[in-house]
Amino acid sequence: MRRILSGNEAIARGAWEAGVHVAAAYPGTPSTEILEELSRFPNVYCEWSTNEKVALDVAVGAAYAGRRALAAMKHVGVNVAADSLFYASYTGAEAGLVVVSADDPAMHSSQNEQDNRRYAQFARVPCLDPSDSQECKDYAVLAFELSERFDSPILLRTTTRINHSSTPVELGERVEVKPKRAKFPRDAAKYVMVPANARGRHPVVEKRMAEVEAWAETAAVNRVEWRDRAVGIITCGVSYQYAREVFPTASVLKLGMVHPTPKTLIRTFAAGVKRLIVLEELDPVIEEQVRLLGIECEGKSIFPLCGELDPTVVRETGTRAGLPVDRPPTDPVTVPRPTLPGRPPVLCPGCSHRGVFWMLKKKKVAISGDIGCYTLGFLPPLSALHFCGCMGASIGVAHGAAKAGIEERVVAVLGDSTFFHTGLPALVNAAYNRSNVLTIVLDNRTTAMTGHQANPGSGQTLQGHPAGVLDFEAVCRGLGIQNVQTVDAYRNEDLEKAFNALMATNEPAVLIARRPCALLPDVRRQYVPLEVLEEKCNGCGVCFKIGCPAILKSEELDPASKKPLALIDSTLCTGCEVCAQVCPHDAIPSRDQMRLLEDDGAARPIQ
Amino acid sequence: MHDHESTSFVLVGVGGQGTLLASNILAEVGLAAGFDVKKSEVHGMAQRGGSVVSHVRWDRKQVFSPIVGRGEADVLLAFERMEALRFAEFVRPGGTAIVNEMELVPITVSAGDGIYPPPSAVEAAFAALDARLLLVPGERLASEAGNVKAANVVLLGAISTLLPVAEEVWWDCISQRVPKKFLALNHAAFAAGRASAA
Repeated sequence: MRRILSGNEAIARGAWEAGVHVAAAYPGTPSTEILEELSRFPNVYCEWSTNEKVALDVAVGAAYAGRRALAAMKHVGVNVAADSLFYASYTGAEAGLVVVSADDPAMHSSQNEQDNRRYAQFARVPCLDPSDSQECKDYAVLAFELSERFDSPILLRTTTRINHSSTPVELGERVEVKPKRAKFPRDAAKYVMVPANARGRHPVVEKRMAEVEAWAETAAVNRVEWRDRAVGIITCGVSYQYAREVFPTASVLKLGMVHPTPKTLIRTFAAGVKRLIVLEELDPVIEEQVRLLGIECEGKSIFPLCGELDPTVVRETGTRAGLPVDRPPTDPVTVPRPTLPGRPPVLCPGCSHRGVFWMLKKKKVAISGDIGCYTLGFLPPLSALHFCGCMGASIGVAHGAAKAGIEERVVAVLGDSTFFHTGLPALVNAAYNRSNVLTIVLDNRTTAMTGHQANPGSGQTLQGHPAGVLDFEAVCRGLGIQNVQTVDAYRNEDLEKAFNALMATNEPAVLIARRPCALLPDVRRQYVPLEVLEEKCNGCGVCFKIGCPAILKSEELDPASKKPLALIDSTLCTGCEVCAQVCPHDAIPSRDQMRLLEDDGAARPIQ
Repeated sequence: MHDHESTSFVLVGVGGQGTLLASNILAEVGLAAGFDVKKSEVHGMAQRGGSVVSHVRWDRKQVFSPIVGRGEADVLLAFERMEALRFAEFVRPGGTAIVNEMELVPITVSAGDGIYPPPSAVEAAFAALDARLLLVPGERLASEAGNVKAANVVLLGAISTLLPVAEEVWWDCISQRVPKKFLALNHAAFAAGRASAA
């Protein structure tokens, strides 16, 4: 049966067909749907781990226990998990172990565009690089087989255009793989990586990679497609599709395994063509391997290193380099149009982060931010975030600045899921080393940015089982932080009062701003839109400055100031009342006030 | 409009408008009608109110790139008027733009940092591209069919008139994607979309 699957759905399907028993991940675009999809299949344990390193350790443990296991993460997640990837490369396992790295060229949803094929070289693990959903599924199955055959973790590396493109896939059935052992292995020389044992393992790893390379020379995943021999293109991943589209007459060496590279096959292909081209996204990984063989080739001298490729870019750059394109690039047509206003992603109507950033902006404090929806707090009109680097960095950076002795107090802001991910060790550090960092946890009870995945604060697991809810306050007090307060993130006054009290101390402090994400199903059912009282609004514009998409400029002008009045879009407003608390003219009644007004008929909200 | 051996679509809109569901159905219709198909989209920040773009390609023989190049879309299906303008360059000369008559004013406009373009800007842009422009009152037709949220299905109805695929194939694919209790509503929305483009 053929079905259209995204790359992520196909990887999940492949892992399931291959008999995977355990899978773990931390959500991250473009990898998230792999575990979401896999968790719906029977006979596989799936979990959201607290971070990518934990996820990989979980998968390693399962593979040591003789069960096929998978860990999935976005490219920067592999940085977090790198320590584990390297020991797992040395130990191997008792059953297949597959690590999925979803890279994000063009940074659609990431802070950098690192090329994780480098990790395969670095950690000495074989790397498969599929070019459509069918290959995603096939390579997932193959990865488990190779992992067991060569006793190595396998890196299944994808890019956004593979993860989030959908192509037809031939479905298969699950092949149950019997667990390979009943007990945890007791083999110190293989699994206890102290120096004496690790020294024994390193040559094993190098020998293994030579064996994989020999396999790769004749493997079906690496194939030569002979066409015209004037130009030969070595390519992999989604770039293969662009090569076929734009250079239909060229010969192609398609590498499904990008590490280790098949040296003899490359030499043979190079000898068979007049002009050798390497077409790959991001780093010149294959190009460098070709050059190391002493073979001249062109790659990054033609195609860009930054950003993602597409047929237009490949056709334009290929034409300039004199390559045989399918047709000349289309002349860019200048479309006559006015300058268009941008449509940046914004904090949603009812977002529980809005009131916190509004307060922080007024306080003019330095804010060390983190990764999540709340990173959008840096955008105007709130403009209330001064640093964002990577997951969990907010607290450590704030602590470092504090210890450097700057004159102002630095506030660290991070979400609940990011707190569990890598914020916690940094908070332990701030508590232990006693800095006056004020940490604000934006606790919306979910991992919102990636689509509402459960976390240790949500009360349930990925596969829907009830779970304990981590008590932030108890954790902070357990760390020795005395100054901890929890407030409703929708209550502006309470937020400010708690903030002032915590800032009055010169010690580590934590403010937990709690309110479930406005997009969660239970919250959606309780929306009650607010309205603006036209007779009270004078167009002062304060409510426009909180950056709520539900607050519009009315066509009605204030008679005196000639400024537009505020208007609330009732289809977007959730009734969070943050704007009602901000309005200096009581022109936006709270729900309670609305009820009173309706009772005495004193005012009529505008329609 | 073109040879029907291959068709490239670009769908644009705003997070929450149902662009992704429409592109899923479009891909499934292509496969059911015997084409090779690929679909590509970028999620992530989409549900935070940003622009959403997805690419769908059909080809009788084989689709290679999942992405449609600039100036290569046979059909641009825009769920929102300003997004139609933003992504106008995707349409090839002589192609077709189906534009939903819906305006979603972004926060940059309400914050006073820009002006929402007038309807005439859309007409001028596609005239310059020598593209056929088809305006569809998606929300109005969907409301008349029973629910304003079915505007995406109205737009699929409009696009279906341009393509060499039997109406039953569309209905089959839509039926598999929408809850049973909304089936009649969606069929009405689809029919209204077809009529609007006829």
